[in-house]
Amino acid sequence: MSLFNISIQELAQHLINGLTLGGIYALIALGYTMVYGVLKFINFAHGEILMLGTYCGLFVFNSLKTNSSNPIIIFAFFIVAMLIAMIFSAMLGIIIEKIAYRPLRKAPRLAPLLSAIGVSIILMNLSAVLFGTKSKKFDYPFDNTALNFLGISITPHQILIMIVCIILMVLLKVFVDFTKLGKATRATSENQKVASLMGINVDFMISLTFAIGSALACCAGILIALEYKVYPTMGTMAGLKAFIAAVVGGIGNITGAMLGGLILGLLETFGVVILGIPQGLKDTIAFSVLIIILLIKPSGILGKNVREKV
Amino acid sequence: MINFILLLVIYIGIYSILSLSLNLIAGYTGLLSLCHAAFFGIGAYTTAILMTGAKLDFWSAMLISGVISSLFGILIGLPTLRLKGDYLAIATLGFGEIVRNLMINWDSLTRGPMGINNIPSPNILGFKLIPSQKWQYVILVWLFVIIIFFILNRIMHSRFGRALSAINDDEIAALAMGINTTKYKIISFSIGAFFAGIAGSLFAVFNQSVSPNTFDFMLSIMILCMVVLGGMGNYLAVIVGTVIIVTAGELPRLLGFSNVIPPQTNQILFGLILVLMMIYRPQGILGRKRLDFGKIIQNSIKKEV
Repeated sequence: MSLFNISIQELAQHLINGLTLGGIYALIALGYTMVYGVLKFINFAHGEILMLGTYCGLFVFNSLKTNSSNPIIIFAFFIVAMLIAMIFSAMLGIIIEKIAYRPLRKAPRLAPLLSAIGVSIILMNLSAVLFGTKSKKFDYPFDNTALNFLGISITPHQILIMIVCIILMVLLKVFVDFTKLGKATRATSENQKVASLMGINVDFMISLTFAIGSALACCAGILIALEYKVYPTMGTMAGLKAFIAAVVGGIGNITGAMLGGLILGLLETFGVVILGIPQGLKDTIAFSVLIIILLIKPSGILGKNVREKV
Repeated sequence: MINFILLLVIYIGIYSILSLSLNLIAGYTGLLSLCHAAFFGIGAYTTAILMTGAKLDFWSAMLISGVISSLFGILIGLPTLRLKGDYLAIATLGFGEIVRNLMINWDSLTRGPMGINNIPSPNILGFKLIPSQKWQYVILVWLFVIIIFFILNRIMHSRFGRALSAINDDEIAALAMGINTTKYKIISFSIGAFFAGIAGSLFAVFNQSVSPNTFDFMLSIMILCMVVLGGMGNYLAVIVGTVIIVTAGELPRLLGFSNVIPPQTNQILFGLILVLMMIYRPQGILGRKRLDFGKIIQNSIKKEV
């Protein structure tokens, strides 16, 4: 099937699917890009923080949900579970940074990267031991029958994803661009030494960055889990894709991560349709996009070219 | 029991070739590659396909496996090696996943998740190896370990090896000294991939079957752990690291605890090794001090005088 014999409805359908997928990628990518902004390394354990946060959300939601059968209250419980899980993963992010990355801040570049890979493996296998490798179902907190709208079907789940993504991204953008703490974050990512001379507590800002990134990832994780269940390796692929999104947008750039996520989501959805490849090879698209972007513009779409000084 | 120990020795040999070749890439040139399992897998599959399908003999299959692996190394190296370490890590990780995806999905060539079975045992100078006689394989594998160890050691002391070392220490300075860094990185990458392909070939004929799930991301991490634990950029140390990790991995089975300990323990151990080594001893157990036979002899002569 090629792009030309698709009806408008189908096109709109793929567009919606791509945008919801992209929104989730963007939420996760924000964590990578913010951490890269301040510490200049890839937080490999980001996907595992997402996974643990989702488990936390699942347990809280399951224990709350038995108390009521009213759909509105159940949805409220879902939001509460999500907020608790976000706080939990924020703490987790801060603790991981303190233990595994802080001692390596002055080490050569390879060291924190290897340490992050180590943390990622520990968390993944530890949760496999604790929670079992079988995937657990995360029940929809609402009735998820698709709504038909001019021949396009949208599930309430997709609407929820869009609303959550828009709220969180606007909040983050306002925080970074217009608040004093946000300014301090930007200063820290620009130059840590000068920022600390201006009276900014750099350690605190780095912790804050990890907390925000992890909370966003956890939120994305719960949104994914509604459809794809919860299992110990759920964070790996999601994390990788989100990292690619961050690179596509320009790593270190917050708007870039949002844009990159959406672009990657659309490319994946349309790529499968246009190229007619089997679903098993869907992940290949993202990695090909990564390699192409690295070849054409390694700094990403919105990234600045940084000249290296000796 | 003796059979189990021989098996362990064979595996240590195969993994040593892998960790030695990764050491050239990651320890020596400073390129963090996370797709060593993919090169290993490409080598193993090439041998399996050539020996079962094309009925080729072992030596030519092995050579072709190495060459194809190193071609893939160049293929993945060309776009990514111009970049900084972190990007390379992700791109190679992605490449590894693509290779495994292809192994699972390309049914007509790789027979999908079932893998390829009944790979004939190698015929060496008219002497056919028997799979149940493990000591024959011990000799074959360790012969290759020794040959590759010496080749890599020679590379280390050559002009080429010093260029790689310079790239690892400071890429910009190396560039300023007139070293074509991209070219040297790609050559180092393809040599590493070549030897990983040879290891894959040995693995295929010893195991007599290959299946895609052997060559996953965790294997790449395990090889990386061996290099990091032993000491990056030190070939002898890397073999020590391999011995420790393979033995530690098989210890529960050796002592009969495999029912009590969950299978994930090994991987948690690898993770802990990576984190703790990076924080407390980033240079590895033996460190980067290189074994230089010439200097040792000179020193002993000096002492006598």
